[in-house]
Amino acid sequence: MSEILIKNAYVIDPISGVNGETMDIAIRDGRIVEDVGGGAEVIDARGALTLPGGIDSHTHICGTKVNFGRYMSPEDMRAGRTARHGYMHATSGYSVPTTYGNSYRYSRMGYTTLLEGAMAPLEARHTHEEFLYTPLQDTMANALFDGNWSILEAIRDGDTKRVAAIIGWFLTAVKGFAVKLTNPGGTEAWGWGKDVTCIHNPVPNFEVSPSEIITAVVKANEMLRLPHSVHLHCNNLGKPGNYTCTMGTLGLIPDLNKKRQTLYATHVQFHSYGGSGWSDFCSKSEPVANVVNMRPQIVIDMGQVMFGKTTTMTADGPMEFNLYRLHHDKWSNHDVELETGSGIIPVLYRRKNLVNAVMWAIGLELGLLVKDPWQCIMATDNPNGAPFVRYPEVIALLMSKKYRDEEFATVHPDTESRVPLPAIEREMDWYEIAVMTRAAQAKALGIVDIGKGHLGVGAEADVAIYPVRADEVDPAVDYRKVIEAFGKTEYTIKRGRVVSRRGECLVDGNNTTIWVKPKISEEYNMANDPDFIAKFDRYYTVRMSNYPVQDEYLKRNLCIETEAEL
Amino acid sequence: MIIKDTVCPFCGCLCDDIEVTVEDGKIVATDNACTLGTSKFLGDHRMKSPIRRVGKEWKEISYDEAIDYTVDMLLDADRPLLYGWSGTHGEAQCVGVHMAELLKGVIDNTSSVCHGPSILAIQEVGHPGCTLGQVKNRADIIIYWGCNPIDAHPRHLSRYTRYANGFFLENSFRDRKVIVVDVRKSQTTNLADEFVQIKPGCDYAVLSALRAIVRGKGDDLPRTVGGVQREQLFRIVDLCKKAKFGAVYFGLGLTMTAGKYKNIRNAIELVDELNRHTKFTISAMRGHYNVYGSNEVNTWMTGYPFGIDFSRGIAFYNPGETTAVDILARKECDACLIVASDPAAHFPRPCIEHLAEIPVVQIDPYANATTAFCDVQIPVGITGIDAAGTAYRMDGVPIRTKKVLETAYPSDEEILGSVYARIQEVRQP
Ligand SMILES: [Zn+2]
Repeated sequence: MSEILIKNAYVIDPISGVNGETMDIAIRDGRIVEDVGGGAEVIDARGALTLPGGIDSHTHICGTKVNFGRYMSPEDMRAGRTARHGYMHATSGYSVPTTYGNSYRYSRMGYTTLLEGAMAPLEARHTHEEFLYTPLQDTMANALFDGNWSILEAIRDGDTKRVAAIIGWFLTAVKGFAVKLTNPGGTEAWGWGKDVTCIHNPVPNFEVSPSEIITAVVKANEMLRLPHSVHLHCNNLGKPGNYTCTMGTLGLIPDLNKKRQTLYATHVQFHSYGGSGWSDFCSKSEPVANVVNMRPQIVIDMGQVMFGKTTTMTADGPMEFNLYRLHHDKWSNHDVELETGSGIIPVLYRRKNLVNAVMWAIGLELGLLVKDPWQCIMATDNPNGAPFVRYPEVIALLMSKKYRDEEFATVHPDTESRVPLPAIEREMDWYEIAVMTRAAQAKALGIVDIGKGHLGVGAEADVAIYPVRADEVDPAVDYRKVIEAFGKTEYTIKRGRVVSRRGECLVDGNNTTIWVKPKISEEYNMANDPDFIAKFDRYYTVRMSNYPVQDEYLKRNLCIETEAEL
Repeated sequence: MIIKDTVCPFCGCLCDDIEVTVEDGKIVATDNACTLGTSKFLGDHRMKSPIRRVGKEWKEISYDEAIDYTVDMLLDADRPLLYGWSGTHGEAQCVGVHMAELLKGVIDNTSSVCHGPSILAIQEVGHPGCTLGQVKNRADIIIYWGCNPIDAHPRHLSRYTRYANGFFLENSFRDRKVIVVDVRKSQTTNLADEFVQIKPGCDYAVLSALRAIVRGKGDDLPRTVGGVQREQLFRIVDLCKKAKFGAVYFGLGLTMTAGKYKNIRNAIELVDELNRHTKFTISAMRGHYNVYGSNEVNTWMTGYPFGIDFSRGIAFYNPGETTAVDILARKECDACLIVASDPAAHFPRPCIEHLAEIPVVQIDPYANATTAFCDVQIPVGITGIDAAGTAYRMDGVPIRTKKVLETAYPSDEEILGSVYARIQEVRQP
């Protein structure tokens, strides 16, 4: 039995309704409890800001595409080297760090749970292997279904139950957590070097449109009663004028779930562009934020861009090729048979580049214009908009108009005529930041019930203590203190153990992989479906019996079983 | 007993449809495997126990004694080299990386003497690729360049290209065109719809000519380039541009001949250019079944695919300096652990001479050319036969190999794990 008592913590815990109370937190055997005995280890927080462990609900940290980002970029590896010392292994990389690099740097910032945003089912084993070497966070993965042939065919045949059954089979087989659609239909079209333009354009050979894919998969997701909603990367990413497509997509979504949103739209910054080309490129954050404000069934994440070097990587193969044709640096592509695609290119976002400056502004505008912080999550689509180590700056920008104005003065002068940012006065408070960096994520992912994102009795003892007095510091003025505090915790506690202390990671952790298993009736069990099996045998290059991720790849894990309506 | 869907641990195709027949604790037959795979499954004459060289004799020793020797050798070394790794599973490779880090040693894999230059090219210009099934289901044009799959990857043509029917190609043999580019005729060139014979050392020039034609600058080309008629080059570009999906596969004939990594860079840039007209991909024909896995493991753990030097605590990568042949040729290395490879069969002579001078431990199921230069050899289970573990196919798809035989041999992971634990006791108490 191990016990910790955190004394004098200045707690903000939105899910439990705590906003700035100085209190003690008792921990026993990895869980929050009412109280502990006299022998407990005492940590004196001295009034420092204490939050539930941070959760990133959309990041790229593990798997085939991430690793290829490292493989092709020795220059990025050199840009972030640390030597082995203490319990910490050597790390490399700035925008795509090695697995230990990701884990230590997230831990130092108080993050204890991470969702890998895009896992190709065929290559899921790879993601799980890297999870094993990401020791200080619990991990989970979105499985990609945007170009899955069996699903496209079932949608064409109008059989939503079959869509759900197929998703259920794949999620269970690959130990995935949630359903991801990346440029639905577009990744299949990219198999022929083509793309779809917005949601009503049919996918070659399959006679279904992105809007049909999105609506069917949203319904199927709810039939499976999954903890998380469909996680969508909209069509047309990065193209001027794409905001109409984004609004049309958000307009498709009914409100189907009482506990959480029905759609999680990711990195919406990249989907809120106006203009007919690069010359009149401008922000359309206002109409997009308005749609979100009117539709409680939608949650978005910002996809904030920060100036500097990074690496872009996504399952959206055609988008990466278009981006490559603008940047001309180097380009990798990796199509995955029967399922999806992916692309990677390095980029440099420049302050003095008008398009980049507009992108930077749009992310912040979304954060500030979406009224309810539970509906807009702070993220950079790590590393696409910026590496996650830039989060403290994003937080400070949301909290300080002064900081925004100072930054705005350094960007391309024409930016002012293209974006509403300078006119936005809103400054987020500590509570809103606590929502946008952990509580909203836990709720959106549907993991509050397993004890994530809050500090109520029974919750997982994942706690971040930041070296700042939230009751004394005015973040709107002292934004430098905000950046410093969120950059390095005093303590990060994971499942009741101190894993990071002032940036030093103290133990070799042992993470939990969280995955889902919908219980499906025999009638809809795809493992017995002759047509599904025949197609698998004929077109995949891996045998169906060798496809599922074996138990050996999950050391510590938590399976969430759901009762599917099938 | 017949075990279905077994994974063949021979080449980078990692065929996973092999039927293995086991009788009385031995594999007696295989179905679906090529001759290379079959001979591996049916392999015999495995070393019985660890051996140690005493004077001019080999003496059988216990596993404990062999591990003791290895631990002492590594702890005593100033600049240990941990080399090989392409013939073992990922779990063992991970232990190897941790061990190299703790020892402040150098870890390198066989790609530094095979597709290392291909990786350097990718690090300059990227890699437009895809999984093998994408090619099987879609590609109507295949180009094999500087490789002879019939010899080295015998089922590549039947599983993925020439003879493999796919979703969009109901009759592959009729609907797919196969172009083979090589300096000489081979069994593979006999199967080609179009054979492009180029003069040795002229790959770079031919690739440049093709790029020029794709860009509409072909008029300036001479009558022949690298021994290839202009007309044939134009015909090929025309075929490529009209294709719906093209796939280039290249081998060491392109990577290791004059021009080396520049050849690969040029080939990737040709594919890049073709993507502005249609869909095209390019991939290396990786040799050992899990050489790609060792690149993957090294990359997520250290940031680099091969040739990693931990002597300063950080992971440092500089091919040509931190790669095995260079460390050996400079006589820097003072102890070497070799795992699942046979450097004495492939390394330049000065490297092998240096290996003969320093303590060497080899972990391998069989005696091989390197055995002659070892002080200790430790036999282990063969991944995919009597040990299970992860391997990465040439296209990056990870597959779990099976254990089909029950033997007393420990796996690579177990031996390395014991060595690592002992090193930790000393270096990280
Ligand atoms: Zn993403």
